[in-house]
Amino acid sequence: MDKETIYFDNAASTRMDERVLEAMKPCFFDVYAVATSEFGYSLGIEAREALDYARAKIMSKLGNPEGKLIFTSGSTESSNIAIKGVVGKLSEKKGKHIIVSKIEDFPVLNSAKSLEREGFKITYLNVDKYGFIDLDKLNESINEETILVSIQHANQEIGTIQDIKAIAEICNRNNVVFHSDATHTFMRVPIDLSKLGVDLLTVSAHTIHGPKGIGALYIREGVPLAKWIDGGFQEFDLRAGVENIPGAVGFSKAVELVTDKENEQLKNIRDYLIEKVQKEISDTVLNGHPQKRIPHNANITFHYVEGESITLHLDMRGFAVSTGSACFSRSLEASHVILGIGGNHERAHGSVRFTFGRFNNKEEADRIVEALKDIVKQLRVISPLKGEEAR
Amino acid sequence: MKFPYSEKVLEHFRNPRNVGSIENADGKSTEGSPACGDMVSVYIKVDENSKKIKDIKFESYGCASNIATGSIITELAKGKTLEEAKKIDWREASDALGGLPKIKTHCSVLAVDGLRAAIQNYEEKHGLVKERIPTTKEIVLKRLKHVMNPLAGLDLVRTNLIGNIKVENGTVEVEVDLPENHQFANNIREEIIEKLESLWDIDKVIVRFSV
Repeated sequence: MDKETIYFDNAASTRMDERVLEAMKPCFFDVYAVATSEFGYSLGIEAREALDYARAKIMSKLGNPEGKLIFTSGSTESSNIAIKGVVGKLSEKKGKHIIVSKIEDFPVLNSAKSLEREGFKITYLNVDKYGFIDLDKLNESINEETILVSIQHANQEIGTIQDIKAIAEICNRNNVVFHSDATHTFMRVPIDLSKLGVDLLTVSAHTIHGPKGIGALYIREGVPLAKWIDGGFQEFDLRAGVENIPGAVGFSKAVELVTDKENEQLKNIRDYLIEKVQKEISDTVLNGHPQKRIPHNANITFHYVEGESITLHLDMRGFAVSTGSACFSRSLEASHVILGIGGNHERAHGSVRFTFGRFNNKEEADRIVEALKDIVKQLRVISPLKGEEAR
Repeated sequence: MKFPYSEKVLEHFRNPRNVGSIENADGKSTEGSPACGDMVSVYIKVDENSKKIKDIKFESYGCASNIATGSIITELAKGKTLEEAKKIDWREASDALGGLPKIKTHCSVLAVDGLRAAIQNYEEKHGLVKERIPTTKEIVLKRLKHVMNPLAGLDLVRTNLIGNIKVENGTVEVEVDLPENHQFANNIREEIIEKLESLWDIDKVIVRFSV
């Protein structure tokens, strides 16, 4: 992909900020030793300091809660550690029941499904038309054998932000561990874990202009978690292996670079694009909640047309977006999120996700809407679906 | 720039030929459904004497390979006799497009099926079905494989929604294992009727929802 591309797929991954690379460089060429204890050699101590600094920086952005933060290879791994780690400690003792929402991202959803095949009982909570879970239903679903609730902070496709404070209260009251996947909210939406009662939180670097291959899992004080990778004692004796110090330092730099002003700017682009599309293109629907959504996500269905055709046309004109259409995915399955919020297959196939980042601006939003007007019109001419039947 | 399709596919995708519908078409068909992600309609005008396809148009709700295949089959079929056009298969369409990704076979086969179904529709309407095989359960099942189960995105047969089938004195009765008030019951009923009523020895199609 060249720099000319207008990239609106920042929820998938972002272009790394060059300042992040600058911050990482010394970790490759100067502080390249493994992170040793203070009784090791000086280069190792410097490496440890760099790692500690990165860890502290990320914790500070989570409200300096009590507990620890371990670095992982990314949010997929973080969610796997959270779910399977709790299972490893509690399934024998307490039970084999886990609660997730129907619209979780694949690391959580497929972890749940794989446990289900092993004999666990999984409750897949329904969501309403915006993607919110029903808090009363959650409360009712918890039983004596429930060991874990895993509900995302915000949705990967439609951007709906769950009330994790209320979810945490329910879980805390019932003495059930609560994990939340915050991949799409960390640094975009305030998260103060010192006030939230969340037990485990998954975060990632590559969605905020940091490097790929690094994420983290916050673990509240006292939450039982089985060791994930055997080997040495790294990462609080939970995840062995030589620490990814360049990644951790890059992650902390990425965190440092996000500002409130930037998030405000993303929200402006989002609202501008949504309004413009709805005004200038007929038969569209916004997926997700109009306000309670992350600042950098717009998800819109263009009725009567199929998403892969839209994305390919956009690609040929230099725009990168994604869609919930079955044809776009390797599994050939329509978006479980759009189906989960009660949309039919047509709504899922015609949904397009626009996600914004640091390097986007309003002028680009103008350009994509102009392109979309033309593309959607052209595809609707071809389409045999013209009216009510498609809804 | 890198694209997942050949130049030829992209060219047909960008500028599809023979797009639209034909009013009073001699033969027409619709394959697939919005639920399965791809849907294609084919319309043909046939010269009564020469049995050549005079005009052909298509509409597509689908991905790039569906649109491109729809476009290429109209080009391949135009001017051919019905017998010749019937022989156009997925391989020929795919070759003419410089190859299609394997995972997209389903989307492109649909367009080829659309052409065949339109020809069949013409033949059935004009009493041209040569081998007048009496309709059996198997023939009904084969047709029902083209009716989609919108919830699964697969056909009714593969998703085990077809119960008893009865063929008697020109009437087909099909039992669908769904409740009468199911959100897609009406769509499914209409699609089943459309697929079966053109059979040469069938006058009446009854669809029952058995749950």
